Amino acid sequence: MNITRRHILILLPAAAVAWKSVLAGTPEDSPNYNMSEHWWGMLIDISKCIGCGNCVRACQTENDLPDGFFRTWVERYHRSDWHLENPEVISPDGGKEGFPSVQDDPGGEYFFVPKMCNHCADSPCTQVCPVGATFISPDGVVLIDQTYCMGCAYCVQACPYGCRYIHPTKKVADKCTLCYHRITKGLTTACCEACPTGTRQLADLKNPKDPIHEFLKTHKVQVLKPQLATGAKAFYNDLDGSVR
Amino acid sequence: MSGYMYPNEITLYWSVLIVLYPYITGLVAGAFILASLERVFRVEAVKPTYRLALLTAMAFLLVAPLPLLFHLGHPERSWEMYFTPHSTSAMAMFGYVYLWYLMAVLSFEIWLDYRREIVLLSQSSKGLLRLVYKIMTLGSTNIGERALHIDERVGWIVTLIGIPSAFLLHGYVGFIFGSLKSNPWWSSPLTPVVFIFSAMVSGIAAVMLIYMAITKLRRQPIDTRCVDTVAMYMFYIFIIDFSLEMLDLVHRIYEADESFRSLNFMAHTKLFFSQIVLQMFLGTLLPLILLFLTQIVQLSEIARKRIYAFSGCMILISVFAMRWNVVIGGQLFSKSFLGYTTYKVGLVTHEGLLVALGLILLPLFFLWVLLKLLPPWSESGASAAAD
Repeated sequence: MNITRRHILILLPAAAVAWKSVLAGTPEDSPNYNMSEHWWGMLIDISKCIGCGNCVRACQTENDLPDGFFRTWVERYHRSDWHLENPEVISPDGGKEGFPSVQDDPGGEYFFVPKMCNHCADSPCTQVCPVGATFISPDGVVLIDQTYCMGCAYCVQACPYGCRYIHPTKKVADKCTLCYHRITKGLTTACCEACPTGTRQLADLKNPKDPIHEFLKTHKVQVLKPQLATGAKAFYNDLDGSVR
Repeated sequence: MSGYMYPNEITLYWSVLIVLYPYITGLVAGAFILASLERVFRVEAVKPTYRLALLTAMAFLLVAPLPLLFHLGHPERSWEMYFTPHSTSAMAMFGYVYLWYLMAVLSFEIWLDYRREIVLLSQSSKGLLRLVYKIMTLGSTNIGERALHIDERVGWIVTLIGIPSAFLLHGYVGFIFGSLKSNPWWSSPLTPVVFIFSAMVSGIAAVMLIYMAITKLRRQPIDTRCVDTVAMYMFYIFIIDFSLEMLDLVHRIYEADESFRSLNFMAHTKLFFSQIVLQMFLGTLLPLILLFLTQIVQLSEIARKRIYAFSGCMILISVFAMRWNVVIGGQLFSKSFLGYTTYKVGLVTHEGLLVALGLILLPLFFLWVLLKLLPPWSESGASAAAD
């Protein structure tokens, strides 16, 4: 094919536009990482969580997060026998520094619930983004191209789990990336690495050797708000019915 | 804040500017529907408001995207919605619906309707104004009988297309809220329909009030038959709007799903004034009763006009309160249904009260300019030039 000056005039701007997208979808410096071989999720074993807040601190440090906004946080539930549908929940500063001790035990059950983006396979946030700045990567991680996001906050409204916020200085949507910069290099997420009890475990559903498969077979695992059919991939073991 | 909010929910992400956005687009849609009464449905009595309704719709439409732009974290990226729209996003439609309505419907209809006057004014006026009118003719200066007949026919077709377009413009705004399954306050198939009918009522009320105010200012008599007819349509549409809102309310109360406790709490506390007092009693029931009286009791002309003016004002407040209760109310409770937050409007922040006030007054300035350029009344310079 002969490339004429007219072709160049058409192709150059097209290439310039396409290059932006190519760059946005490229895993950072991970030449051996093949996105199509993975489908990431997270296993969260509530029975193991001690509410130490290590995961929250690790996430804040790893991702340089602004004060008062959280990519992950820990809630402490108190479910009394008489108020199954209305538990008392606290999460002081996202549970970053742990929780106050219970002085006079009023009875009922106390437990901790770590929260994060559920990286939904049918994510409502991705659906509503007017420019497609937020997207599901081929390996199942819900990401945001912050150079493209215009900060309308529609995705924040659409997330049923409260996992998104508008970054106060960048003025764009922000949320858990499942430490995409780490997992594409063969590492686990910062929160998983910092968890002293193994409450959080990164799971690759496409990897047949991943222990998640055995775990899912042998445990009663649920997702949050299953009635919303978001295809959530944060799998909770020992999830109490009162958890929202 | 009370109870438990997810940590990222404490801040409200949609402010008073997002309240203005559906309010302003609603006024546009409603004003256009009023114009279509005369043009398509041949309700001759409302003719004095026809052109005013079109210009009002245009003035508000020009301002409609501004609250969104002020709200965006990166307004300089808003053009991405036009060039790379996300096909599954309801919001991505905004640019196209807006442009379609602005260019293909409203501008075109106003141009067709005023073309004769524009051509005559481009010949009779002087200086810069002459140039402005020359540009507005778009080079089409044939005002022969046949050309004007074609204008009339095409204008009728444009208005016909404009009615579903007006529904689309505002129904789509309602869909933005109604389609979010994350928020039970918004998520309802009735939301877009309620938005459309409340939009029609507010737009008709706005045009009626503007007509009455301008006519007073011009020291001309208010056409009683015209305002009687406008008020009658406003009353009937308001009944439909009220019925739909009540249907939604009764359905929520009777169904009483998991979100009901939260929503019920809000209606009795944080939204008590704006929803129960302002929107329902003062803004809906009171004008409905007064307008009903004008339909069944033989009232004097002056009494009827005062009732129309008062009811129109209350309707505008009511519809604004409704938008407030939807947009702000929908963010005051946690998606965990376990807690509530508060909203404090800033005064001079970029999404604050002053900006909001400016944006609600700006359409009136645009309307003033449009009225100067394209006077809708018969003794205007244009008509004088035509004669």
